[in-house]
Amino acid sequence: MKAVANNPPRRLRPRPKGRQVDPATRTTVIDLLGPGPYRRDRLIEYLHRIQDDCGHLSADALTALADLMRLAPTEVYEVASFYHHFDIVKEGQTPPPALTVRVCDSVSCELAGAEALIAALQQGLGTQLRIQRVPCVGRCDAAPVAVLGTNPVAPADPQTVAAALQAHATTPALPDARDYATYRADGGYRLLQEIRADGSAERIEGIITTLEDARLRGLGGAGFPTGRKWRIVRSHPGPRLMAVNIDEGEPGTFKDRYHLERDPHRFLEGMLIAAHVVEAQTVYIYLRDEYAGCRALLARELAALQADPPCPLPDIELRRGAGAYICGEESAMLESIEGKRGMPRLRPPYIAERGLFGQPTLEHNMETLYWVRDILERGADWFAALGRHQHYGLRSFSVSGRVRKPGVHQAPAGITLNELLHEYCGGMLDGHRLKAYFPGGASGGILPATLADVPLDFDTLHPYGCFIGSAAVIVLSDRDSVRAAALNAMRFFAHESCGQCTPCRVGTAKAAELMSRPVWDQALLEDLATVMQDASICGLGQAAPNPLRCALKYFPEEFT
Amino acid sequence: MAAIPESAGETVAFTLDGQPLTATPGETLLQAAQRHGVAIPHLCYSATLRPDGNCRACVVEIEGERVLAPSCCRTPTPGMVVHSRNARARRSQRLVLELLQADMAETRYRADNELDHWSRELDLGKPRFPGRPQPAADLSHPAMAVNLDACIQCTRCVRACRETQVNDVIGYAARGNHAHIVFDLDDPMGESSCVGCGECVQACPTGALMPANAVGAAAADRQVHSVCPYCGVGCQLTYHVKDDHILYVEGRDGPANNQRLCVKGRYGFDYVHHRQRLTRPLIRREDVPKSAEVEFDPANPLRDFREASWEEAMQRAADGLRRIRDAHGPRALAGFGSAKGSNEEAYLFQKLVRTGFGTNNVDHCTRLCHASSVAALLQMIGSGAVSNPVADVADAEVIVVIGASPTENHPVAATFMKNAARAGKTLIVMDPRRTPIARHADYVLQFKPDTDVAMLNAIMNSVISQGLVDPAFIANRTEGYEALKTHLADYTPEKMAPICGIPAATLHEVARVFASSAGSMIFWGMGVSQHVHGTDNARCLINLSLITGQIGRPGTGLHPLRGQNNVQGASDAGLIPMVLPDYQPVGDDAVRAKFEALWNSPLDPQPGLTVVEIMHAIHDGVVRGMYVMGENPAMSDPNLHHARAALASLEHLVVQDIFLTETAHYADVVLPASAFPEKTGTFTNTDRRVQLGRQALPPPGEARQDLDIIMDMAGRLGLRWNYASPRDVFAEMRQAMPSIAGITWERLEAESAVTYPCEREGDPGQPVIFTEQFPRAGGKAQLVPAAFRNADELPDGEYPFVLITGRQLEHWHTGAMTRRASVLDAIEPLPVASLHPAELARLGLAPGDAITLRSRRGSVMAHARADDGLQPSQVFLPFCYHEAAANLLTNEALDPYGKIPEFKFCAVQVEPRA
Repeated sequence: MKAVANNPPRRLRPRPKGRQVDPATRTTVIDLLGPGPYRRDRLIEYLHRIQDDCGHLSADALTALADLMRLAPTEVYEVASFYHHFDIVKEGQTPPPALTVRVCDSVSCELAGAEALIAALQQGLGTQLRIQRVPCVGRCDAAPVAVLGTNPVAPADPQTVAAALQAHATTPALPDARDYATYRADGGYRLLQEIRADGSAERIEGIITTLEDARLRGLGGAGFPTGRKWRIVRSHPGPRLMAVNIDEGEPGTFKDRYHLERDPHRFLEGMLIAAHVVEAQTVYIYLRDEYAGCRALLARELAALQADPPCPLPDIELRRGAGAYICGEESAMLESIEGKRGMPRLRPPYIAERGLFGQPTLEHNMETLYWVRDILERGADWFAALGRHQHYGLRSFSVSGRVRKPGVHQAPAGITLNELLHEYCGGMLDGHRLKAYFPGGASGGILPATLADVPLDFDTLHPYGCFIGSAAVIVLSDRDSVRAAALNAMRFFAHESCGQCTPCRVGTAKAAELMSRPVWDQALLEDLATVMQDASICGLGQAAPNPLRCALKYFPEEFT
Repeated sequence: MAAIPESAGETVAFTLDGQPLTATPGETLLQAAQRHGVAIPHLCYSATLRPDGNCRACVVEIEGERVLAPSCCRTPTPGMVVHSRNARARRSQRLVLELLQADMAETRYRADNELDHWSRELDLGKPRFPGRPQPAADLSHPAMAVNLDACIQCTRCVRACRETQVNDVIGYAARGNHAHIVFDLDDPMGESSCVGCGECVQACPTGALMPANAVGAAAADRQVHSVCPYCGVGCQLTYHVKDDHILYVEGRDGPANNQRLCVKGRYGFDYVHHRQRLTRPLIRREDVPKSAEVEFDPANPLRDFREASWEEAMQRAADGLRRIRDAHGPRALAGFGSAKGSNEEAYLFQKLVRTGFGTNNVDHCTRLCHASSVAALLQMIGSGAVSNPVADVADAEVIVVIGASPTENHPVAATFMKNAARAGKTLIVMDPRRTPIARHADYVLQFKPDTDVAMLNAIMNSVISQGLVDPAFIANRTEGYEALKTHLADYTPEKMAPICGIPAATLHEVARVFASSAGSMIFWGMGVSQHVHGTDNARCLINLSLITGQIGRPGTGLHPLRGQNNVQGASDAGLIPMVLPDYQPVGDDAVRAKFEALWNSPLDPQPGLTVVEIMHAIHDGVVRGMYVMGENPAMSDPNLHHARAALASLEHLVVQDIFLTETAHYADVVLPASAFPEKTGTFTNTDRRVQLGRQALPPPGEARQDLDIIMDMAGRLGLRWNYASPRDVFAEMRQAMPSIAGITWERLEAESAVTYPCEREGDPGQPVIFTEQFPRAGGKAQLVPAAFRNADELPDGEYPFVLITGRQLEHWHTGAMTRRASVLDAIEPLPVASLHPAELARLGLAPGDAITLRSRRGSVMAHARADDGLQPSQVFLPFCYHEAAANLLTNEALDPYGKIPEFKFCAVQVEPRA
């Protein structure tokens, strides 16, 4: 028994218990946020406002914000401390430098020399700004990536970063997208207008049937049939809500950004058709914070849309993530939209029945909605026929790693890695031979070159302990270590685990520690992988051991 | 995320580990398994908390599902096939435990660590995983030790703090393996807003949160189920006792508390072991004359007293009383009983005064708390008790809390109100101070002190003008509506707004919300009652409830929150000068005849004097001798200089108490009595629930149980009583009091709590009363108009501040118990006077500075506390600090009906201490 003794001093309390609100800070916060009432679900937006303005979140500001929102201080603190883009500064702590460089250290960037970049930046600029390692920022085709303020420098080297710093280029340029006027001039939103004007039950049924026949599936990674999802959401009594997932955070994935930066209204029209079909009263668009350029673009285009709407619109709220991969998990995203920690919910109940604010909710990945207009205009058969090897439709493959032409390649569903590599990616980089590939980002596992002729689609990779997920293909060569890539992936999951359930919270940390050792305890790691896969609450924990297991299974030579 | 759905319906047949089982509707797999004797490991699950499913120790395999499922969160569907102990389920269960064990501290902070228990059950060996870096201990709180090296992140403490108690102190911060529990903004517990309820400690499965000083690691000899000795909520608790010392206290699943406790109930028990406990009788030394000055040392009673044998002390005590009675008549004597004592003690004490002294001069601190409320209730609806229990907030739509700060004074009752507010009920808080419960309120009416009648009449005016009265209820169940309506015509919200400081629109809205809900409930406290217009304040609340028909159903009604643990019971038992037990008037010949027969003694037909009246009667030479059991009028009465001078001038004063209180300082004989855990008896809570307190400890030294002392005194005053135990006293009370006639001692022992009215054995008891009629002649309630008038003493240029007195969370009344409870004393050790920060700044004062408060009657020194819950020109001073006795300042002006003093309002000066 360790001796413990509590004998805090008997002392006067000059104030009531706990932190008291500083009136001046309260005024500052009101000035920033505008007059109330303040909504609980907008807590993360408020935190962004304060962080953007002050460069950090002071304890006084959090206390004042809690008071204004009639929340307890800890309710604000636990949310603020969950998201990596918030810097909480308590009394006696030093605020971070005004400028931060976030350097991606996920798989593709690591392959491209992120470690050397970080070391060089730390040596060269470490005194002027904060250099922070971050997980994938969604620009893997131009690895390595450094984000100066909110401005991505890709590919980055110490010189380009220093140049950007010198030029005060700390905010991103707006993507050159097709804007609202152009989209409409090109015939955009006519489909939406026509569907709304029709208003018949037959038309709604026709839309759903078309999506079913097109075999459009959820392109965020889970692959749930889109038409069926709309049908299920419609079956639950309203009011209903809709949420769009653009929290694209799976390492290696950047397809949503790709589409958004080019043709945002194609996605918005699909979104509005979906909202109409399920009669959603409000649509929440959840965009990852790393996509600052897309955020500015979407804000501008939504404003244009709302200023001159083609038809009556539902309420649309653009929400900003705050640096949390887990918020790409559908129920964690709903929690985040509600202004809470992004911790996945237990299911059942499923979100189609009880989702956002407890209401039936249609949630979609952005790209799924992007294809809706084309499918409805060109027909189910057009889309279904785009597949290959008895698979249906298109995939937007985010390809990175040791290939000649990385980037987003729209290729048939069911294409094999070898076909993708040679037909779309220009083959391997000179001097590199295909060794392995991640078919679906960090969570999709790692396949060996010997399995490069397997069709890539939902369900095809399960026999191999992998999945296609968001179709983020990271190609490794004979110069790369699969073991290192698996460790990189596990560290990523440990960094991004929400901390809710034991198998994931403790499991990812223990796995990363065990995998950092010179010799892997394979039996113990296998045990750990089993509990993570079997007993974790959500897909993050369940999929986290995939790269580990694949490394052991397909690349035993790296462990002898 | 809802808890287990409550659904009526069919049981569900499913298969668990090859056995066919049935689950009741809504039952989870874990609960069904437990009920059938199948143990599934679990850590984050606790029967009293919302299941969260985070630890994953309880995962089971459900055939047809891809991954394992948490049995604590899943309900079976018909035909479901579940495996809780096959290889796959066990592998995950064991690995979860192993992962948690790897990170567990070497130190075991509690003997019954649940993680260890399940590890043993599953025969788990030494964990194979590396451990984590361990956080440092946080020992900043006087009551609790925080050792997060034993934390398994199960969040039971978070749910206990946030969802059960709704104190919202504990959070779950950061992410991944860095996720950890925090207090406020990751502050040390002792510097956080923690109110010390200890619900988190009770919830913690591993001892990461434990009572301070490792007491929880010791094994207790015995557990004794009892009740909390502090407020009227009546929480049931369990004393864990070792070597006749209380180690710690845990909440028990009583109807008023569902295992919850507050800081006083859980950590305020060691006063019983305090070195200043009186253990031998004391007799005043001949060479020490009485003086009105309270200049004494409770640690050194032998300065003014000498020790005596019980025989000598009792004879001296009784002789003095008898001598005065015989020389000056019965009315020269008076007795103060106590709302801290049991029903049996209260009953015997008033019987002693009425039959032994021969007078009705018996009263107790009910006079100082709800006398005005009771006066109004008796007049208007014929009964002074609450109409509905606190728990009815779950059935209400609208909850009004006025003149009460329940988070401080009825903390566990407040948790149910906060639960209701979280569940979407409308909470309306009306108080001149912005009290902590205001954060949970939908409407906060911070009205000007003293203007209750103006505000409430305006709300009623609006109810009438909006056509929101309940005409059927008014017609069928009330009298006097037209007169009330006429009276209220002048009290428009527009006219009253400038008086009470609440905008007319708010008054209209509150009127609409209250009147038009399916169930509106009113709770009130001393802020309503302790005014010279306290009875009028209460009348307004009763009128409001009646004209809107918001009484007589579950989730409606009137609930004056009772202060003392047994103020309801002591009043019921007749510790009141004008009524015999069960509020039967002494002036009523038939009533008196009944009691004269029962007690075999003549009774004085004239009602006795009340607390403050007795002090005046002492000054007037009318009352010359007193017997005070467990009361402390030298601290609790208004205008203490006056009260203390009265006590000092008594010819003979006998004080029976556990400490040498300020009152005992004036005694001729001091009788060392028993503390709450040292005796057995019944106590009646604010809900009219009679509960059994059981003896856990022997009294120290020669101290005796109070009932023994009263009976000894009775014998020496010539009464022939024969009670062997509290049970015998209770049996006689059942004959005297129809309301509890049906309650048997056996039932109390079996059930621990029975609600009255319970007139015949076997009656279930009635939590909700007045459902059909009111207990008045004719069965109808009387509406009584109340006119707005001011306090007795208003602020002026010389005394510009309003002084509001009251209590604080940690200290009970005059502090005799709580300031000797080490944890409570450590949290609030010094007298503080709260003022608005801007007011402090205006006075050139910093928080913590010493200030002097002065009224026309006296002055005290305290430390300034900056509290923006106060309005400018208000000062709040708790009355528990003998070194800054608030009642030196207060005004003894009385409410004409309830005879309650105006503790909540007097004029004072505030200045920096010279």
